[in-house]
Amino acid sequence: MAMLVFVVAVALVVILVPAVITIDPYKQDLRASLLPPGSQGHLLGTDHFGRDLVLRMIDGGRASLSLGLIAVTIAVTVGGLVGLVAGYRGGAADRVLMRLIDVELAFPGILLALVIVTILGSGSEKLTVAVGIGGIPRFARIVRGTVLATKHELYIEAARAVGVPGIRIAFVHVLPQVLGPVLTIATFGMATAILAIAALSFLGLGAQPPAAEWGLMLSDARKYLRIAWWLAVVPGLAISIVVLAVNLLGDAVRDALDPRLSSGAD
Amino acid sequence: MAKFVGARLLESIPVLVLSSLLVFSVLHLIPGDPVDAMLGVASFGVGDPELLKKQEEAIRLELGLNDPLPIQYLNWVGRALRGDLGQSYIRHAPVSALIAERLPSTIELAFTALVLSVVFGIGLGILAAIQRNSPLDRIVMLVSLGGVSTPSFFFAMLLILLLSVGLGLLPATGSGGLDRLIMPALVLGYNATGLIARLTRASLLEVLGREYITTARAKGLPFRLIIGRHAMRNALIPIVTIVGLQLGQLVAGSVIVETVFARQGIGQLAIDAILSKDYPVVQGVILLTASSYVVANLLVDISYGFINPRIRTS
Repeated sequence: MAMLVFVVAVALVVILVPAVITIDPYKQDLRASLLPPGSQGHLLGTDHFGRDLVLRMIDGGRASLSLGLIAVTIAVTVGGLVGLVAGYRGGAADRVLMRLIDVELAFPGILLALVIVTILGSGSEKLTVAVGIGGIPRFARIVRGTVLATKHELYIEAARAVGVPGIRIAFVHVLPQVLGPVLTIATFGMATAILAIAALSFLGLGAQPPAAEWGLMLSDARKYLRIAWWLAVVPGLAISIVVLAVNLLGDAVRDALDPRLSSGAD
Repeated sequence: MAKFVGARLLESIPVLVLSSLLVFSVLHLIPGDPVDAMLGVASFGVGDPELLKKQEEAIRLELGLNDPLPIQYLNWVGRALRGDLGQSYIRHAPVSALIAERLPSTIELAFTALVLSVVFGIGLGILAAIQRNSPLDRIVMLVSLGGVSTPSFFFAMLLILLLSVGLGLLPATGSGGLDRLIMPALVLGYNATGLIARLTRASLLEVLGREYITTARAKGLPFRLIIGRHAMRNALIPIVTIVGLQLGQLVAGSVIVETVFARQGIGQLAIDAILSKDYPVVQGVILLTASSYVVANLLVDISYGFINPRIRTS
């Protein structure tokens, strides 16, 4: 619960602050460059162009959270549909779809995103699509598994017996059963997506300068590591804390939806 | 056992074929023509258009780009199997030579990281499971959760700040030598260490609750033997799975680690190639990584059969 409050609070800050007061994360002030945290008027210090780190963190946070959410939405929608069709129809559809999922899984982690970025080109939006596609297999597998488990329940057979069309059974009777596990995986998936987007931006494949993006800010910070540690530590800590909070939120969601899992092995 | 291995081998063939199809299509899915990409590097609309056209035709013929796609694919696979991955557009060297030059550095890094994460991960996991709910257990869990949440490039920069900038113990960047391997291997293995520790703990705790462990205890076996000979043997199965999967993740993770520490490896080659649109190099690196991942998974599956004879028959 505490984690939900924290994540929501971070989301509110990065959305509301720019809405209420006009902030300019790009405003340069070369006379006030590389100020350490705690300087007058710059709580977290400034970067090599004298841009305020607080403002850049807020702007970057909005990008990280929203892009992460979009990537997970892509993964859930496509993965969920693939899993639903594969699990519910079975037979040839199942075999073909699952083989394709196997191929996706043959590309570990960031590599698939690299392949997709190569095809689509770099940039924040394309990167988000790439990360979203990379998340599809997990959802497809979990949805397929749950669908297979519920398909033979008595109430499904009852629905079929009274002549409910297959597509209605799939969406009205089977789909609600998979929502629980999907919500859990989606929360963890959001953490993975935020990390992946930051990593690919760090590699120069996502947001381009002068955008304020946490991964990109860390990449820039490398040049100033010896003289301005805060340029790396501030965005780095921000990513770690947000991802940790989302991961803990995932634990909480899992425990709330399936009390059997909360005790014992953790 | 031979039948089991054979079946697993057969199953991995379609995955390999489909992966190679995907990698092959990279060059054909990108917007624009590969020939333009090749010539574009050398000419920016200057020169005789008549000559350019001839040049283009020559390249098309040489690369077999006028053949139907299925034929092109088969030719490409045939050459790849013989170790010929084509020519780099930009570096003017065979892709296989570029990879061979960089591969040892990445293998050295990934192997060191794997050994570190298996040794520390299993060790810490066992300790945490034996002393469940002790302060040590809490610390191990906390560190492993941190490992899942901290981006590797941030952890790398923290290490550089501490060990290179702060204490001046290790060189921050470059490759070659043990002192330049420690930090990258720690960073690359950190995430996997946390995962393996968590899994070892959970899996060992589960096994320790079984009846045959109570029996072993009841007949007075030393604790060391119970853990080593009875409990770990069954607890190992999920651990082997995750270690196998980590092998692929390590190679993929090396992309970032090599960039941060400016190591001349496969990962950096891939990033350079993507940024400079050197597609044959991208293709070659991805094909190599994906197939080594498939082979790693295959080895994991086969090793199940050795660890747990029950799996062989099912």
